[in-house]
Amino acid sequence: MGSIAMPKPDDAVIARRQEIVKALRAIVPGEGVIDAEEEMRVYETDALTAYRQLPLVVVLPDTVEQVAAVLRYCHENEVKVVPRGAGTSLSGGALPAADGVLLSMMKFNRVLEIDYPNRAVVVQPGVTNLGITRAVEGDGFYYAPDPSSQIACSIGGNIAENSGGVHSLKYGLTTNNVLGLEMVLMTGEVIRIGGKHLDSEGYDFLALMTGSEGLLGVVTEVTVRILQKPETARAALIGFPSSEECGQCVADIIGAGIIPGGMEMMDKPAIHAAEDFVHAGYPRDVEALLIVELDGPEAEVDFLLSRIEEIARANKASTIRVSHSEEERMTYWAGRKAAFPAVGRISPDYLCMDGTIPRKALPRVLAGMRELGQKHGLRVANVFHAGDGNLHPLILYDANNPGELAAAEAFGADILLLCVEVGGVLTGEHGVGIEKRDLMGAMFTEDDLKQQQRVKCAFDEKQLLNPGKVFPVLHRCAELGRMHVSKGKLPFPDIPRF
Amino acid sequence: MAETLKPRDARELLDAVKWAIAGDEPLEVISAGTKRDFGRPVQAGHVLDLSGIAGIVDYEPAELILTVKAGTPLAEVEAALDERGQELAFEPMDYGPLLAGEAGRGTIGGMVGANLAGPKRLKHGAARDHILGLEAVSGRGEIFKAGGRVVKNVTGYDLPRALCGSWGTLALATEVTFKVLPKAESEATLIIAGLAPQEATEAMTRAMGSSAEVSSAAFLPGGLAAGQGLSGDATLLRLEGFGPSVDYRFESLVRLFGKDAKIERLDQAASKALWKALRDCMPFAEGAGPVWRCSVAPTAGAGLVADLSRSLAVDAFQDWSGGLVWLRMTGSDPQAEAVRAAVKRAGGGHATLVRADSSLRNTIPPFEPQSEALAALSQRLKAQFDPSGILNPGRMVAGH
Ligand SMILES: Cc1cc2nc3c(=O)[nH]c(=O)nc-3n(C[C@H](O)[C@H](O)[C@H](O)COP(=O)(O)OP(=O)(O)OC[C@H]3O[C@@H](n4cnc5c(N)ncnc54)[C@H](O)[C@@H]3O)c2cc1C
Repeated sequence: MGSIAMPKPDDAVIARRQEIVKALRAIVPGEGVIDAEEEMRVYETDALTAYRQLPLVVVLPDTVEQVAAVLRYCHENEVKVVPRGAGTSLSGGALPAADGVLLSMMKFNRVLEIDYPNRAVVVQPGVTNLGITRAVEGDGFYYAPDPSSQIACSIGGNIAENSGGVHSLKYGLTTNNVLGLEMVLMTGEVIRIGGKHLDSEGYDFLALMTGSEGLLGVVTEVTVRILQKPETARAALIGFPSSEECGQCVADIIGAGIIPGGMEMMDKPAIHAAEDFVHAGYPRDVEALLIVELDGPEAEVDFLLSRIEEIARANKASTIRVSHSEEERMTYWAGRKAAFPAVGRISPDYLCMDGTIPRKALPRVLAGMRELGQKHGLRVANVFHAGDGNLHPLILYDANNPGELAAAEAFGADILLLCVEVGGVLTGEHGVGIEKRDLMGAMFTEDDLKQQQRVKCAFDEKQLLNPGKVFPVLHRCAELGRMHVSKGKLPFPDIPRF
Repeated sequence: MAETLKPRDARELLDAVKWAIAGDEPLEVISAGTKRDFGRPVQAGHVLDLSGIAGIVDYEPAELILTVKAGTPLAEVEAALDERGQELAFEPMDYGPLLAGEAGRGTIGGMVGANLAGPKRLKHGAARDHILGLEAVSGRGEIFKAGGRVVKNVTGYDLPRALCGSWGTLALATEVTFKVLPKAESEATLIIAGLAPQEATEAMTRAMGSSAEVSSAAFLPGGLAAGQGLSGDATLLRLEGFGPSVDYRFESLVRLFGKDAKIERLDQAASKALWKALRDCMPFAEGAGPVWRCSVAPTAGAGLVADLSRSLAVDAFQDWSGGLVWLRMTGSDPQAEAVRAAVKRAGGGHATLVRADSSLRNTIPPFEPQSEALAALSQRLKAQFDPSGILNPGRMVAGH
């Protein structure tokens, strides 16, 4: 097990387990409540597999009324709840609590409405990200945010994590593509926000919910916007003798006013791992590889590709290849898309990190990572959403070697702190979860974090929903609400008044 | 003793807010004040003017990142971006002409507070889609920051985005970071003449559902088109991008609509001027009739106008592929119940009373009333940022 501690379970709640299971069975009939240990095993971890915990009980509701009743019951009886989608979180967001109900939303798996004229699709939260595109692609549409986990991850999880993908550079993250939500608060209240219109009214609760990591409410319905598929897409595969030149090429492409559909970079260890695995034809003799994809009308794509070739040449690219068929384009991507499993082949275990940096800091951060690797005695392979500065260092380790997991975690934390040091952030798309929880202080002050936690108090005053995630120190809402203002002082004699 | 406080930096602002909390002195928060007549009139003894906290802090064109103090005039920011061939792609609207009789005075803080957007909302979203981080003073009298200075960031709740559109009722931004984008090399507008409103909706829907990458789509009926130098009912589709791409997509739309469509083309300057006028609701800038801004599903806009026109005298035009309906009432009565009932019949959305006498905005909720649970959640959120209710009390909702 890793080194991050979870809040101490409440023995009194655990002692009431039978009673809680019985009450939940009265709400969700039949197989919707799971309390047998062997059946609960599949829920004990998400994709941050170093952490495992059996929940008190698992519930799989399939109606909004059931979700509301479960939450109301847990609220009244002070029982914690951890929402779960497909369980692909890389930050431990869906890690169960020993004294909490695990609420799986995967029975909410229906596409409710496809509205092409308004370019909107209404789905239940357990529909997979790719499931949305599958439902509309026959008619030439797609859902733009495309996390690499899109085959498996749920749209509810995407909302909770504000997930992104290769195409987020041009088409935005989840938050830019959600039009409406239905959610249930911990009290059981059902709230609908937004719809098929473009801007939601009042305070922007869509913004607050997206990226809230399951701490504010349980999402029971999602309206997303879909886009018409671009007329064509072509990709360029460009190799460089150094990461500096690659980084400069990225800056120059953007400086030329070009926002590609995707722009991904890999370093040498990642290139080799991917090439050995899928034989995508990547050059092995380069330090950095860039895949630039352009999508849109044919005339535009051809025009911009020629500009990009010029820019690459000016930056001393040693290989430049441009796709001439859909098959060739897919081959370029095959290696990048298989980067995680490819690294999984060369190392028994790996930790996937997720910091974002200002693009210009890339050479410095890559050099820093090499030094840190030596310090911790571990290797790292890098894949990088180069267009938006989002790094995914994959730290290679072997959990069977005593101390290596701890070293990998320490290495990861050092990398993220380096990201913050150069002006970046702890997580670009995977979420804080438990993984980066204790690093939050590197980016935020006490006051910053307390104001965030007060937002939670507006939604979940008893702090029962997904506790132990995101925030390093839990404060009671009553304590957070206290004001410390000195009475009656008449200040600022020198502020201009009129 | 009503006075205006004009802090020069975040520290002074903090002092002012703390003073207001301690003395229970509600504040009307303004920056340039161009949207002072938007929303419910604020009952406050003092005015807090944020326009003194101004200046561009950091602009890195290569990173596509801009950090500015919140009181900075939008015009100054846009000029600085323009020099480097970049822009705020969401095209923030200027409420000045509609509400304050003067254009070009708005600030970044006002843009955030009102979550401004323009005709490019269809493709590029609103201010909330481009904000990356901020520093602010809460109504609790604390300085806090949220978000960051990079494009992709999910560290903590997305407070920067959530504060967009909160009209200065939660916290006061002092410094804001935005994502900026390269300006399109060229633009053109395709005008289809003579389509009736419902046909216009169909045309816009077809264009938006094609791969022509239309960035704005609007319908201006004949009566209003004349004021913009157009004749007759005009359906407008805007294309932006690299020159060859714009031409190519223009031709693809011409093919889409076929030989019988009456198509004209506006290039560069003329196209830009037209969309700027629509952005700022210029067709209704003159006159004093109450103005509504209704947001519904794109295909529901034309029906909403037709529905209302059966019983009321209204002028209307539609942006956002039909989904943003600007309404001007011919009489002086805003007809709030009729408008809001029609929005419900149109499938839902919201109606905001943008222009009306302050006495009307006092009695008619300018912002769409919310369901009980949502209203209660909004109130709890307000209380978490501004427990003493000193920031723009009553501006969005009566009582808090
Ligand atoms: C191989 C691999 C590749 C990945 N690639 C990417 C990538 O490219 N980009 C990216 O952004 N992420 C990526 N991820 C991370 C992960 O897939 C995303 O975070 C995803 O959105 C999680 O969705 P999920 O359904 O699996 O959610 P879970 O892991 O089940 O849960 C994640 C969080 O969401 C909450 N949650 C889930 N459903 C709901 C709901 N209905 N209501 C409220 N809260 C809910 C949970 O409580 C938890 O906090 C990758 C993961 C893997 C394993």
